[in-house]
Amino acid sequence: MKGRVAALALASPLALILLAFLLVPIGTIVVVSFFDYDSVRMFPAFVWTNYEELLLSPITWKTYLQTLWFAAVTWAICLAIGFTVAYFLAFHVHSALMQTVLFLICTIPFWTSNVIRMISWIPFLGRNGILNSALLSMGAIDRPLEFLLFSDFAVVLAYVHLYALFMVVPIFNSMVRIDRSLVEAARDAGASEWQVLRNVIIPLARPGIAIGSILVVAVVMGDFVTVRLMSGGQSASVGLMMVNAMSLLQYPAAAANAVVLLVVVLLMIAAMLRVVDIRKEL
Amino acid sequence: MQGGRRSRAFWPLAAFFGLFVAFLYGPTVTIVILSFQGPEGGLTFPMRGFSTRWFANLFETQMVGDFGGSFLRSLILGAIVTVITVVVSFMAGLAFRRRFPGSTALFYLAVASLIVPSVLISLGIGLMFRLIGVDPAWWSSGLGAHLTWTLPFGLLIMFAVFNRFSPAYEEAARDLGASPWQTIRHVVVPILLPSLIGVGLFGFTLSYDEFARSLYTAGTFNTLPLEIYGMTTNVTTPVLYALGTVTTAVSFVVIGLAIGGVVLLQRRRGRG
Repeated sequence: MKGRVAALALASPLALILLAFLLVPIGTIVVVSFFDYDSVRMFPAFVWTNYEELLLSPITWKTYLQTLWFAAVTWAICLAIGFTVAYFLAFHVHSALMQTVLFLICTIPFWTSNVIRMISWIPFLGRNGILNSALLSMGAIDRPLEFLLFSDFAVVLAYVHLYALFMVVPIFNSMVRIDRSLVEAARDAGASEWQVLRNVIIPLARPGIAIGSILVVAVVMGDFVTVRLMSGGQSASVGLMMVNAMSLLQYPAAAANAVVLLVVVLLMIAAMLRVVDIRKEL
Repeated sequence: MQGGRRSRAFWPLAAFFGLFVAFLYGPTVTIVILSFQGPEGGLTFPMRGFSTRWFANLFETQMVGDFGGSFLRSLILGAIVTVITVVVSFMAGLAFRRRFPGSTALFYLAVASLIVPSVLISLGIGLMFRLIGVDPAWWSSGLGAHLTWTLPFGLLIMFAVFNRFSPAYEEAARDLGASPWQTIRHVVVPILLPSLIGVGLFGFTLSYDEFARSLYTAGTFNTLPLEIYGMTTNVTTPVLYALGTVTTAVSFVVIGLAIGGVVLLQRRRGRG
């Protein structure tokens, strides 16, 4: 009994902070999404017009589709890269020290600024950038490629650059916990390297794949910075739509969009969680 | 295991890994080089000479907004976030070693905090402050917004740590007559110190670099990422890269200090 009270007391700061800065704000968004507004301010009300305007506009649907498309492409590329990198680290680097060092090398960029990491693509992808100059001097192209910077290509490239790590870490984490004797047993039973990967490692790495997928999808679905910076205003995302509504002081419209986005993201995550119980994996 | 037993897949995979690392670091290395661009140089290669004038430009307020002020605010905010994240995650980690009323709900709330899009949290806190009639500021709403991002990371790290932590140490301390506080102060904290440094590293760097969660919560005065974002739209000189170099250097110093601290602790422990 005493232990439970102590545990409650120890957990209460976390609970209070999350209550005040997560639950109440989300509640606020839901409440405000029913408010009415004019060009200067919003008033408390209970109207469905914000949702009607949002859901009846073809732009909304187009934007959601575009955002889902970004999420899907980014997810697929991050999964391919993340799995390969994690597989290399977990099964082909045998010294524990080397494993830690290489893992840290992958992790360090995560601790630096995202905005700066996006900007750092400019000298690479720009009209006179490194890539175009290299291709020109090799004679592969005869005039600079325009689609490299400020395009959907640049957006996806930046997403992968920023978030591939979200895939590497959980998959690596799942893989290092795979019992090596299972792999040995499969080999002894005559399985090829590919069969071991296909029938032993991939099924056992599934929790990590699911967690990585959730992180990547969630972060891309809510993004607006990358889309704005890397598409040069030529592409849209749901997050950007909200931010634009906010800058026009249409808070209830932004709030309604936020509620819809939240529902969409939570449904996607619920679907992915059917594959894995994350609490068991920690 | 090393040497002879490398499979045929090793070298292709190693090459892939090398490319991945080049992909991760290449752009950053490029802007570090370009930030030393000569006075006549532009945003891309070639380098037209070599100078540190873009770094000097950073500190002239009228040139590029409020670099110094926003830098200072981000450092202070990062420090506050670090302390709160370490203390609160550690406490919650201790609590979660047993079931308590609401433990499952709190766990899911923490996970939700990680996956609810940042812009939503930013928007929600901004609206909440607007409705209660308080002006948002980086040290109030901004601090709360950052904690919703750093605390779940801290909590998950503490879970992993306590899973591997043997309760035998605590039992031994208790048998020797230590009070619960003494057990934590003299046994648990020293043993877990490297992990706590890790939690602190997450706290600081995530806060120091956070953009979306600061957007509607920072109030009148920008934090550094907001300032940088503003610059991307109106600065077209290598001063942008100089700023990138400086902030990345700060991140690296912090990471280096944290990793160095952990290595030092472990070495000392190995000897002791």
